[in-house]
Amino acid sequence: MKNLLGKLFQSIPFLALLYTINVNAVVPIPAPDQSEPIAITGAIIHVGDGRVIGDGVITFNEGIITAVGSAGDGINTDGHRVINLQGQHVYPGFVLPNTILGLQEVGAIRATQDVMEEGDINASVRSAIAYNTDSELIPTQRFNGILTAQATPQGGLVSGSSSVFKLDGWNWEDAMLVEDVGIHLHWPSLRIRRRSPETGLFETVDNEDYAAQTQLLHSLFQAAQTYSGEPLNLNLAAMQPVLNGSAKLFLHVDQAREIISAVRFARNYGVDELVLVGAAEAMQIVDFLIAQDVPIIYERIHELPLQEWHDVDAPFKTPFLLHEAGLKVGIGGGATSVDRQRNLPFFAGTAAAYGLDRETALSLVTLNSAEILGVADRVGSLEVGKDATLFISEGDALDMRTSQVLGAYIQGRDIDLFGTQQELYERFRDKYESQVEF
Amino acid sequence: MKHVTVSSDSIRKFFVTAASAVLLTAVIVVSAQETATPNGIADNRLAAFAFTNGNFYQPDGTYVRGGTLLISEGLVVELAVGNDVPAGYFEIDLEGKYVYPGFIDVYTDYGISELERRDDNGNAENLYPSDRAFNVNDAIRSNFRASTEFTPDTAERDKYRELGFSSVLSLRPDGIARGTSALITLGNKNANESIVAADAAAHYSLDKGTSSQSMPVSLMGSFALIRQTFLDAQWFGAQQPRPFTDDTLEAWNSTQALPQIMEVENWQEALTVDRVGDEFETQYILKTTGDSFRQSELIKGTNASLIIPIDFPSAPEVNDPLLADGVSFEDLKHWELAPFNPRILEENEIEFAITSSGGSDKFWENLNKAVDNGLSEHTAINAITSTAAGLLGLEDLVGQLSPNSLANFVITSSPLFAADSQILENWIEGERFVLAEDFDDRAGTYALSAGGQVYLIEMGFENGEPSAELVLDDNESRRADLDLSEDLITLSFAVDEEGNRLRLSGWPIEDSNDFGWQGNGRSPSGDRINWRMIRNSGITSVESDTESETGIPALPSEVIFPFTAYGRTELPAQQNLLIRGATVWTNEDIGNVITDVLVRDGRIAAVGDNLSADQVTVIDGSGKHLTPGIIDEHSHIALFNINETQTNSSMVRMKDVVNSENINIYRNLAGGVVAAQLLHGSANPIGGQSAIVKMRWGASPQDLLIEGADEFIKFALGENVKRSSNPASIRYPQTRMGVEQVFVDAFSQAQEYGKAWDQYNSLSRTQQRDAIAPRRDLVDETMLEILNGERFVTSHSYVQSEINMLMHVADSFDFNINTFTHILEGYKVADKMARHGAGGSTFSDWWGYKWEVRYAIPYNAALMQQAGVVVALNSDDAELSRRLNQEAAKAVKYGGVSEIDALKMVTLNPAILLHLDSRMGSIREGKDADLVLWSDHPLSIYAVAETTWIEGIPYYDRDSDMALRQQIASERARIIGTMSNNSGND
Repeated sequence: MKNLLGKLFQSIPFLALLYTINVNAVVPIPAPDQSEPIAITGAIIHVGDGRVIGDGVITFNEGIITAVGSAGDGINTDGHRVINLQGQHVYPGFVLPNTILGLQEVGAIRATQDVMEEGDINASVRSAIAYNTDSELIPTQRFNGILTAQATPQGGLVSGSSSVFKLDGWNWEDAMLVEDVGIHLHWPSLRIRRRSPETGLFETVDNEDYAAQTQLLHSLFQAAQTYSGEPLNLNLAAMQPVLNGSAKLFLHVDQAREIISAVRFARNYGVDELVLVGAAEAMQIVDFLIAQDVPIIYERIHELPLQEWHDVDAPFKTPFLLHEAGLKVGIGGGATSVDRQRNLPFFAGTAAAYGLDRETALSLVTLNSAEILGVADRVGSLEVGKDATLFISEGDALDMRTSQVLGAYIQGRDIDLFGTQQELYERFRDKYESQVEF
Repeated sequence: MKHVTVSSDSIRKFFVTAASAVLLTAVIVVSAQETATPNGIADNRLAAFAFTNGNFYQPDGTYVRGGTLLISEGLVVELAVGNDVPAGYFEIDLEGKYVYPGFIDVYTDYGISELERRDDNGNAENLYPSDRAFNVNDAIRSNFRASTEFTPDTAERDKYRELGFSSVLSLRPDGIARGTSALITLGNKNANESIVAADAAAHYSLDKGTSSQSMPVSLMGSFALIRQTFLDAQWFGAQQPRPFTDDTLEAWNSTQALPQIMEVENWQEALTVDRVGDEFETQYILKTTGDSFRQSELIKGTNASLIIPIDFPSAPEVNDPLLADGVSFEDLKHWELAPFNPRILEENEIEFAITSSGGSDKFWENLNKAVDNGLSEHTAINAITSTAAGLLGLEDLVGQLSPNSLANFVITSSPLFAADSQILENWIEGERFVLAEDFDDRAGTYALSAGGQVYLIEMGFENGEPSAELVLDDNESRRADLDLSEDLITLSFAVDEEGNRLRLSGWPIEDSNDFGWQGNGRSPSGDRINWRMIRNSGITSVESDTESETGIPALPSEVIFPFTAYGRTELPAQQNLLIRGATVWTNEDIGNVITDVLVRDGRIAAVGDNLSADQVTVIDGSGKHLTPGIIDEHSHIALFNINETQTNSSMVRMKDVVNSENINIYRNLAGGVVAAQLLHGSANPIGGQSAIVKMRWGASPQDLLIEGADEFIKFALGENVKRSSNPASIRYPQTRMGVEQVFVDAFSQAQEYGKAWDQYNSLSRTQQRDAIAPRRDLVDETMLEILNGERFVTSHSYVQSEINMLMHVADSFDFNINTFTHILEGYKVADKMARHGAGGSTFSDWWGYKWEVRYAIPYNAALMQQAGVVVALNSDDAELSRRLNQEAAKAVKYGGVSEIDALKMVTLNPAILLHLDSRMGSIREGKDADLVLWSDHPLSIYAVAETTWIEGIPYYDRDSDMALRQQIASERARIIGTMSNNSGND
């Protein structure tokens, strides 16, 4: 077998350089700032907002996109380092919402977890300061084009505040894109699935704690609304950005009836910036959601149908159905273990296979998610003035058959896609190539 | 006189009504236990009764009409035609009422206390049995005898008695071998005399109950334990003296001749346990949960008699459409058809007894429902009388009114299943218990002739209190004052608006033709008058007691196979096919070609250009792709359980726990998957025996299995078998060092075992007679199969050290590891694997979820392939399984495997690893027609499986899928509509 990866990297000389430097790196060295203007030409540019530019040109300087257009638009590339892609694709970096990336290393080992704080109400805890830029999972997201992620605390009723990170940086401050974008509230379920103490079989029963749990939330929001700062209460203080509209409230809720209750709850406390996360049964109450104009981070795509009688392809086509109905939809990875969230582009690919056109499917993992997270002024689409956070793929990046990410930039910084997994690959490939016979 | 009648010869005759209860019970005295010392003087009586003018039910469904039943001292003397009452018998005139043999509930825990579960090991495994001279497994409790534990419990007893039961079979429903039950009568006698048959049956289940021993935790472990206990008991019982003391094995052997009653949770368990019984020449009676109608023909095939509940499911909440969405189609269909279970069993000529499920207060409501739904009345009655007794071999004792059987019977007002029928009395061993305290058959409409006028009087009994009304012309009525005793009647009422009253008193008419009263009275004007009041004939409803011929209702819907969403009333038919012009991924030397494929009789008949054939379905494949069906080397779908946890559980068989009703089979088909190895889990180094299945959606569990497939077993290494996620675990092994020793030990023991048998088998027949055969051990036998090349290993594995280790162990015992599964560090030792001859069946890109997968890389498949290993990509997951074509695509993405080789990783290569490549995995003349027609390039995320054939049968097809969705939607709407209309009446 040929050195395929090397060949691909060598097709873009600047990447080949990094590849030789970093062979023994722990995690790749964060890339230096963009040092010269760059122009990518001959590209199929997927803008992220539904548009695609056939023979496209994109330029960026000092980390910011300076021009996007087609070859005929006369975009000035003087003084730029020009990279001609000859028909390869350029995409905005994928945005991964609601992830524990950077907060957990190995699921089975408690010591590596910084995901759930103790207690029901933890409005004050912040993923911002726990995000580990040296997580070995981060490079494995990048080589599939995921360049931005919302590191999100989980658990309890109010789990804390999330921040959005660039997937390259020396430390959390360096990697921060937007700090504290919102508070995450997990609405309790009316019905819970548990193992019957009598029969030992799984059964669905009423959640006896539902009233008490929702009451906890009511008292939190009531106290937060009237909070004056005295006496100091960290949780109530942390709730203020949500109540004054400077941060979002992310409502994690899956069942239809609970979605109604959760959204009405938030609206009753005057929360305008609202996002539904999960929303597995959203299609059942789609009219309510349209009336409320709530965007959704939908996560159950590569999942089984919720019920045995549901359409076999129900999870696959739900993003299309929600989008068709008129809702703003982003695709998240929260239903999938963090190691497999690198398949985010293929969730979008599946949504495209089951109803969405491909550019719309792309926007569900780029611009829509950026907008829903409140970071669309920086990332999510390839538009002038936004960060040059983008990647190059040999083929359609939503299809694993053709996705080959050849290079990527975060704020114009040429990041290193060659990590431990690639290094191990080459090490053993070379070992077996050198063996005459086994 | 009507009521307690003084007959012509003496005061010896009673009628059966409530009012006589006090008188009659005084006659009965509980006969004393002979060995007991009375506290008082002796009170011996014969207590002989003759029940005349009754309609006596016979097991063939007919009645002896107007016969006489003689009972004496709690036993039936005889049932005779005619009304002759021999001397010494006290006559009770049944006046045309109905008599049925006393009802028997053959599945109760009446009078048996529950055991408490002892669990003092916390989260640590409980590896040992209790420290007593019983079985090595605490769930085997054959030495238990219900008769030694039975304590009468009056509250429980009355519950059964009220329902008409006169005897129950009591067992302790706890454990896998539960010991014996006792038949207990429900009179007022003490325990000694209530137990009329100790050790009536031996009981079993697949649930270890309160045993806190870790083994078994799974259904396949329960089956394995039953098999091994059969073998242990045979070996133990063959030795004299015994090798050690084990009262449980003694009892297991001594109770084999009794009826063997096995409790199962579903029809799948029923079929499997019946096969286990066949292995040991045991025919179980199956106590079911009432789902046998789903596969009645297969249940019929077991030849088992059943004990069925009629605790029909209650309707789930469906009025809220959001909640109704969460109710499965299976539950809706089950709710609708479960009340037809008894009738369907009867139609299939399956013998069954019915249990009241613990004296459920819905027993009669549900039994009536079953009869309304088409169960014949006599089968219903026999199911709680003669059939029930017959199952226990106690038909001479209970269940019918034959000489010397117990005088157990009920008296009903009209035929048992008539609309207003009431059980009036329950006689238990000659003891009378009145059930209908408020029943009075004097209720009705009477014509009263008094003073030249005729009045219409309506007489009723509310809670036993008599009342009367004068019926007026215009549908109105006027209250009358009534005072009624056995002998006397007083009746007065106003004859007009002004309140002029008629006042009457009198006595019952002594006339066999008319029923009523007569006497004297005063007219409103004070004149003395005679009066006579006769019941209007035809007013008391006379129910037909012959069964209606026309009354069998149609089933509300048909049984579907499998009994869940996307089931069908009939399985799709095998097609002869000509698929033209598709891009055919042959997986043969010719590679991918646009050509034609002909399928006949389930096989690929030809591959080539411009094929033509008669009588085939022609499918235009142009623009589409045809591939061999996908094979998932590592799956756990369609299994009731995954893990047994004993360090070496090689004896458990996943074939025992296949659930053919699992929806993931259909979902697999929709993803182009035609076959899978259903593996044991990874909780222990030596897991269980695989089930290799095709996704024949709708077929039985046995028919899912691939006939003639080689046998496989699951091994596992690393964190899971070390129980790393349970800090409390004490089970060996706790390190990879121990894991190696488990294998070395297991194979060494198996070799010793083999030698012992070889030695025994080499003895002459005479010598064998004097020797003791080695104990058959199902663990050792399975390990020997591996050493003998009769069973092949698929081993869960992660890190290179353990992979290397297992190959060395295998080499040292001279066999090969067939397949390493997971094998996420296979890329590090792929050259060694290739040399050993082991295949690798891996994930495409899972990693990071535990420590041992930290260096799992998505290039693993490519690297192993590069080193010469046969590589498969598997799912280990019901969802991923339906997208294995996309997993194959990742082998192209990560490491540049060719597209053809990538597709082989989910088709031909798993077929090779499962030794099925001679018949599956490629498109070649003669191979099974397991094919998928894709809308697009099969490695693309945009490809959708349009049709999936297994042996030419289109088990999945997008068009029929769309039709099934429509059917499901309309069936749901219909059934939910029925439920909503019956709400509160479930």
